[in-house]
Amino acid sequence: MKNRVIDHPVLDSIDEQKTISFTYDGKEYKGLPHESIAAALLANGIRTLRKHEESGTPRGIYCNIGHCFECRVTVNGQQGVRACLTRVSEGMNVASGEKLLTSVKDWRPEND
Amino acid sequence: MTDILIIGAGPAGLSAAITIAEHGLNVHVIDEYMDAGGRLLGQLYEEPNGNWWNGIKESNKLAEKASNLGVKISLNTSVNNIEKIDDKWVVYTDTNTYSTSHLLLATGAAEEPFPIPGWTLPGVMSVGAAQVMTNVQRVKPGERGVIIGVNVLSSAIAMELNLAKIDVATIALPKINQITEESGNPENVLNSLLHVAHMAPSAFVKFGSKLMKNDFMKKLGITFFPKGGVKMWGIPIQLRKAVIEIYGEERVEGVKMATISPTGEVIPGTEENISADFVCIAGGLYPLAELAAVAGCPFHLIEELGGYVPLHNNRMETTLDGLYVAGNITGIEGAKVAISQGVTAGLSIVHNSGKQKLDQEIAASIQAIEKTREEAYIQFHPDVKEGKKKLQQYWEAHKSSKQLVQS
Ligand SMILES: Cc1cc2nc3c(=O)[nH]c(=O)nc-3n(C[C@H](O)[C@H](O)[C@H](O)COP(=O)(O)OP(=O)(O)OC[C@H]3O[C@@H](n4cnc5c(N)ncnc54)[C@H](O)[C@@H]3O)c2cc1C
Ligand code: FES
Repeated sequence: MKNRVIDHPVLDSIDEQKTISFTYDGKEYKGLPHESIAAALLANGIRTLRKHEESGTPRGIYCNIGHCFECRVTVNGQQGVRACLTRVSEGMNVASGEKLLTSVKDWRPEND
Repeated sequence: MTDILIIGAGPAGLSAAITIAEHGLNVHVIDEYMDAGGRLLGQLYEEPNGNWWNGIKESNKLAEKASNLGVKISLNTSVNNIEKIDDKWVVYTDTNTYSTSHLLLATGAAEEPFPIPGWTLPGVMSVGAAQVMTNVQRVKPGERGVIIGVNVLSSAIAMELNLAKIDVATIALPKINQITEESGNPENVLNSLLHVAHMAPSAFVKFGSKLMKNDFMKKLGITFFPKGGVKMWGIPIQLRKAVIEIYGEERVEGVKMATISPTGEVIPGTEENISADFVCIAGGLYPLAELAAVAGCPFHLIEELGGYVPLHNNRMETTLDGLYVAGNITGIEGAKVAISQGVTAGLSIVHNSGKQKLDQEIAASIQAIEKTREEAYIQFHPDVKEGKKKLQQYWEAHKSSKQLVQS
């Protein structure tokens, strides 16, 4: 758990005994019950939460407080959930967003 | 039905809720985050008296006090629209629709980004994101970071990262462009930095830095941008170097920095790479006021308050009936000011709902805001009082124009 700040000179230390299991893109990971999906993934070394719908470039968290919508993932089948605002829970099934199969249509007239 | 609705469970919203509940009215607070406390949750610093301001403890205290008074707090609930229908404010969330005669917007602030090449790579985040990861989620944003943007918030958060033993390689300016014109100019930044110098003293002593407050200021002032940067909490602050690019294939691998002239121009041939696994962008804060905008509040751009603020008076009333604002939505300041503004907003709401005459209490609470402001430890904008004066003038102008129409 080297990615976690367990002991802190000012804040209380956190309990890392009670873990929960969740999956991300089909693989199982352990998280702590207090943390967000984004935090649990980062603690497991995962920074990429989705691929840009059109360009396919990788994206992770940006604001971590719900403002930027960069961290959206699919949780138990529900799309567009913000990973930074949602707590992980036992058995949760998280999937990253992928590049769309066909390009987003350009609606400009010359592209008809 | 709830008598009063509050959007935002940060220090402003919670303290308003407490005040209202103490006067016997029903209050419901809505917030989209997982925990109550807003941005207060992530705050951690040592006050001049040696006590630590621990945002998690302060948030829990406020939330507990509110709950004990019977305040209902709905977390994980995003508000996506508000509108006035007949004489009620209707609040649409992702789960429910609520209506109320008195609605308080305490939605806080958002962070401004600098769009720098490479800023969409995983590992690039706002400086506030790193704060929440480290202090609230207790996960390291990475092993070694670079902070782009030298200001009050980035200096405070650099120290917090340091406390959690996360290495900050450097704090540097962004390369100057239209957007970063202010924050990419060393002289502007130097001037604004003098306002954080007071935050240094006991932290310096504690973490063994040789630099004391006065030396820090002297270094900044007398030697005028030393080439190697100055150190704060052991972290080099670069005022003569700017980040021109964030590089990496699938994730951040580092940043490219270059030496800049005193006016911020990049000196060709001076580029160097600094490796890092995370990069924080610190563009500053602005009031998060979208909901006031959709409600139809008039806005004014007041730089001293951090951007566009909804027009309101010192009783925290907007120009729209039954709509109130408190906290960072009224201008960027620290949590203690937000708390005292929440009290005023709460009193105004109780007063206006006709239950009790509270003019004296309101006047006293307005004075309390000013006192808190004067004693504030963190000041995001040195001229905030000037900003508040401008706002007051806009309010007077608005009022007299309305009277003209009516007469
Ligand atoms: C990232 C960040 C870091 C900060 N760090 C510091 C710091 O270290 N020190 C300091 O003194 N000040 C800091 N501030 C300033 C800080 O905002 C104030 O100190 C204080 O927290 C403001 O209180 P508030 O109640 O006005 O707003 P906040 O504390 O920001 O609370 C606003 C609340 O409203 C909720 N909200 C917003 N919009 C919606 C919506 N549409 N639906 C539902 N809920 C919503 C948010 O989830 C949040 O909980 C920071 C601000 C930001 C944005
Ligand atoms: S990281 Fe910005 S919304 Fe989640």
